[in-house]
Amino acid sequence: MKYLCLVYMEKDKLHAVPDSECLACGNGFRERGLLVAAEALQPVETATTVRVRNGKVTMTDGPFAETKEQLAGFYLVDARDLNEALQIAAKIPPAREGSVEVRPVRELTP
Amino acid sequence: MAADSIQQAIEAVYQSESRRVLATLIRLLGDFDHAEEALHDAFRAALEQWPRDGVPSNPRAWLVSAGRFKAIDAARRRKRFDSLDEVGEKAEVGVWDTAAWADEESLEDDQLRLIFTCCHPALAADAQAALTLREVCGLTTEEIANAFLTPPPTLAQRIVRAKGKIRDARIPYEVPARADLPERLDAVLRVIYLVFNEGYAASSGERVTRHDLSAEAIRLGRLLVDLLPEPEAQGLLALMLLHDSRRAARASATGEVVLLEDQDRSLWNRDQIAEGSRLVRQALSSGRGGPYAIQAAIAAVHAEAPAAAETDWSEIVGLYDVLMGMMPSPVIELNRAVAVAMRDGPEAGLAIIDRILARGELREYRLAHAARAEFCRRLGRTSEARASFERALALTKQEPERRLIGRRLAELSR
Repeated sequence: MKYLCLVYMEKDKLHAVPDSECLACGNGFRERGLLVAAEALQPVETATTVRVRNGKVTMTDGPFAETKEQLAGFYLVDARDLNEALQIAAKIPPAREGSVEVRPVRELTP
Repeated sequence: MAADSIQQAIEAVYQSESRRVLATLIRLLGDFDHAEEALHDAFRAALEQWPRDGVPSNPRAWLVSAGRFKAIDAARRRKRFDSLDEVGEKAEVGVWDTAAWADEESLEDDQLRLIFTCCHPALAADAQAALTLREVCGLTTEEIANAFLTPPPTLAQRIVRAKGKIRDARIPYEVPARADLPERLDAVLRVIYLVFNEGYAASSGERVTRHDLSAEAIRLGRLLVDLLPEPEAQGLLALMLLHDSRRAARASATGEVVLLEDQDRSLWNRDQIAEGSRLVRQALSSGRGGPYAIQAAIAAVHAEAPAAAETDWSEIVGLYDVLMGMMPSPVIELNRAVAVAMRDGPEAGLAIIDRILARGELREYRLAHAARAEFCRRLGRTSEARASFERALALTKQEPERRLIGRRLAELSR
């Protein structure tokens, strides 16, 4: 089952964990067959929010909600169950600076 | 057998077996709601068939089988509407092969699986307790709601949400591996102790205790010790038994709080004390006793003193020192201060409490101010005692405790 591990960090801690460490972590997961995809994100200032209402596309600068922590990256992992997913999440380096939200993936029904 | 004695037999089987049957059905069907439905169907089948065919020699296995067949029927019915149904397939696998699921060991493990799943740390803390009482103890949603003074719809929602998370996030139905066991066991013990305390020292409301919850917690503790005789599980059961042994003496006939030193010790339950003391010795002799075992040892020292004046306070201070080493906390430090005061006099206890308060800790904790007031009173520092009792009163929500502090305040004026 797939789980999305969403990494949240405060703005001034976005670079608190060296990139090399995150790369090594992702490679470790990949070698064990646990990783589907992982990316780090540019800061939230670069974000644009898109909505379609009545067929009309609107765009706004930034994200919808004002929160202290922002989405900094993600790891999409393939785990046996929540216990394994939580074990993986605990090994994601930014977990010690920010937080990691673990969300089960909902398979779309055709 | 006469019809009503069969009826009684079925009720007795329901009491003793329904939770175990449920625990196994959850494993076999992989879903809490389907398992509950299957459990009810199985007992409905028993009500029809047992009066005719007699009570089977192994009612538990009969009920699990019946529940399983009913679940397959239900899954087939659902399948007409929904082509994706894992439950039917899961239940069908090895349905004839009772050896695959009915051996004693996996059945015992099912109860542990259920306990560990209900107390999974990924579930909200209040949901863990509610789910455990619902699934492991078989209390109704209304009973749990009453016990926690929560509106039934709120509690029902909590349980539904927890069950949904178990299913959708795939919390596994398993006993944790050795490496994870200590931490996961801690979570289970915390839930059981929370249930006990909610019953023993109701945090708000008219009554001092709510016995039903304490009794359930003790039952859970006993089940856990039977299934998993770990020292801390023994320690917690001992602690609950030793506290509960004083139940009859803790409140007067009019519902007033009676402090430990003023309690009529002939009212203490000697059987519970004997069982608790035996468990404490077992837990401590393993060399792996933790905070629960040490707290139980402290309760045992109190329980074994024939009179308040004969309490071995040096022993108690020593045990608090051990406890502080295991898990330093200002509340334990406060309790230690009380023991020190009993051993060395109120001045020594007061000095410790004032150090805690000076650090900025426990300033909102009613018992810190109540203890301080008590020490000041004994030292004849009446105005300080009054100020501390008043502070404690302002922080207390439980009615009988408020009256106790009120009486203490009135005594100061005399």
